[in-house]
Amino acid sequence: MNTQNQSNTRLLLPEFEYVKPKTKTEALQLLDQYRDKDTRILAGGTDLITKMKTGALSASRLIHVRDIKELSGARQIDSALHIGAVTTLADLERLPEVKSVYSALYEALRSMAAPAVRNMATIGGNLCNGSPAADTAPALMVLGTVCTLSSLTGERRMKLSEFFVAPGRTALLPGEMLTELAVEGVRPGSGSCFLKIGRVSADIAKVNIAVYLERDGDRITDCRLAAGSVGPTPLLLDSVASLLKGSRISQQMLSEAGRMVEDAISPITDARSTQEYRKAISCILAEEAIKAAWVRSGGEVPR
Amino acid sequence: MMEGYAIELTVNGRRVCAEVRADETLLEFLRTQLRIIDAKLGCGKGDCGTCTVLLDGRPVKSCIVLAASADGKDVKTLSGMQEEPLIKALQESFVTHGAVQCGFCTPGMILTAASYLREHENPSRDDIRRALSGNLCRCTGYKKIVDATEAVAKRNT
Ligand SMILES: Cc1cc2nc3c(=O)[nH]c(=O)nc-3n(C[C@H](O)[C@H](O)[C@H](O)COP(=O)(O)OP(=O)(O)OC[C@H]3O[C@@H](n4cnc5c(N)ncnc54)[C@H](O)[C@@H]3O)c2cc1C
Ligand code: FES
Ligand code: FES
Repeated sequence: MNTQNQSNTRLLLPEFEYVKPKTKTEALQLLDQYRDKDTRILAGGTDLITKMKTGALSASRLIHVRDIKELSGARQIDSALHIGAVTTLADLERLPEVKSVYSALYEALRSMAAPAVRNMATIGGNLCNGSPAADTAPALMVLGTVCTLSSLTGERRMKLSEFFVAPGRTALLPGEMLTELAVEGVRPGSGSCFLKIGRVSADIAKVNIAVYLERDGDRITDCRLAAGSVGPTPLLLDSVASLLKGSRISQQMLSEAGRMVEDAISPITDARSTQEYRKAISCILAEEAIKAAWVRSGGEVPR
Repeated sequence: MMEGYAIELTVNGRRVCAEVRADETLLEFLRTQLRIIDAKLGCGKGDCGTCTVLLDGRPVKSCIVLAASADGKDVKTLSGMQEEPLIKALQESFVTHGAVQCGFCTPGMILTAASYLREHENPSRDDIRRALSGNLCRCTGYKKIVDATEAVAKRNT
């Protein structure tokens, strides 16, 4: 056998054990059993395996959950769309209701990676990674998403905005996994939008912004904004939302909202962009996103 | 504690039973155990697309898929799809448009283009560029690759 060829394609991975539970209960049992060890959940692996290969992360055991059927797929329960944590980005993007109802989520999915990566990557993996740049995070936050964290002893639910704790850290406790996301139904007369700036298309965001708003005539009656890559976690921009709530849309209003975004965020300079650029571009993205959501809600282009 | 994992899968239409290491990628398994070498190792971390294969019919980057996780699945590489008219058309078009230079990116490029064209009618050049955005080419500058793919898309519709 050609050994050169072999070393050519070998992983730079340390040794680990691989386990593949068949059901959610089995997965939770394994998580519970190994909670004190260096055990990690493997979903699509697009973050985890890449990080393990580059040495950024290590694990002694991987619990593969990507093929657990009860954790995959989406269904409508009452007005909310319930999405299993291991649903792939590609499968979500193909759902007619995501495209027609949840514009911000659809645009976030479309902006991510290449199709081959989206075929592997899961929505749960994107969130559990805890990256401030995770593209689905701001979109799901403004659409009003509640996540379900499950362990052998039970379940707890929290708003997605409370799920992110620090860079690379989420509210998940040892023995817990993310199992489901419930996205609120949108109101008639509402609109949403996601915008992102990367170095090239389908790249990790320098800045991403999502907006959801409800309209009555020429007024914004309710509104949520969130931004990513501009702070330690994806941020809900409540101060900007309160400014917009109840106000009449105008170009002046949009400019003021943009300025407020700049104050509400705390970006850093890193490999992808600078603090200054992130601040400057965030204002513009916010204005554009609010405008687009407004037009989608049926409103006229503000002057 | 390194033990082997027994897997059973279909590769290019053939039933395969094998033993893999936990840390063995699908790409490594295909190349070293099965000697299927049209899928290639470029970056090894999901960026370049030279390792693209179909997993249950959908393109994935096999350098970041664990072989153990392909247990029970259907894997296809370009060399197992030579008889498909769309693949043949793309291969010919790549040749006539001069879209192949060193050829390292070509299998992944053609497989990705074929998967896209199968699901999308009448794509624009921009659509094609987006579809191929996960496949890097260090030689051609992409224009001829897009030309070659566009020509096949036009003939198909
Ligand atoms: C080439 C490339 C381009 C990319 N582009 C983008 C991009 O544009 N935007 C973007 O946001 N991301 C991007 N990513 C990052 C990545 O693809 C996404 O974050 C993806 O959604 C991760 O999902 P996964 O299923 O692959 O996660 P995995 O790699 O399997 O897991 C990620 C982390 O989450 C944990 N985890 C996974 N699922 C669960 C669960 N259910 N419960 C608890 N913990 C869990 C894992 O233990 C691990 O720590 C890119 C990655 C690559 C390789
Ligand atoms: S080798 Fe797999 S994406 Fe580059
Ligand atoms: S032809 Fe050489 S990398 Fe594409």
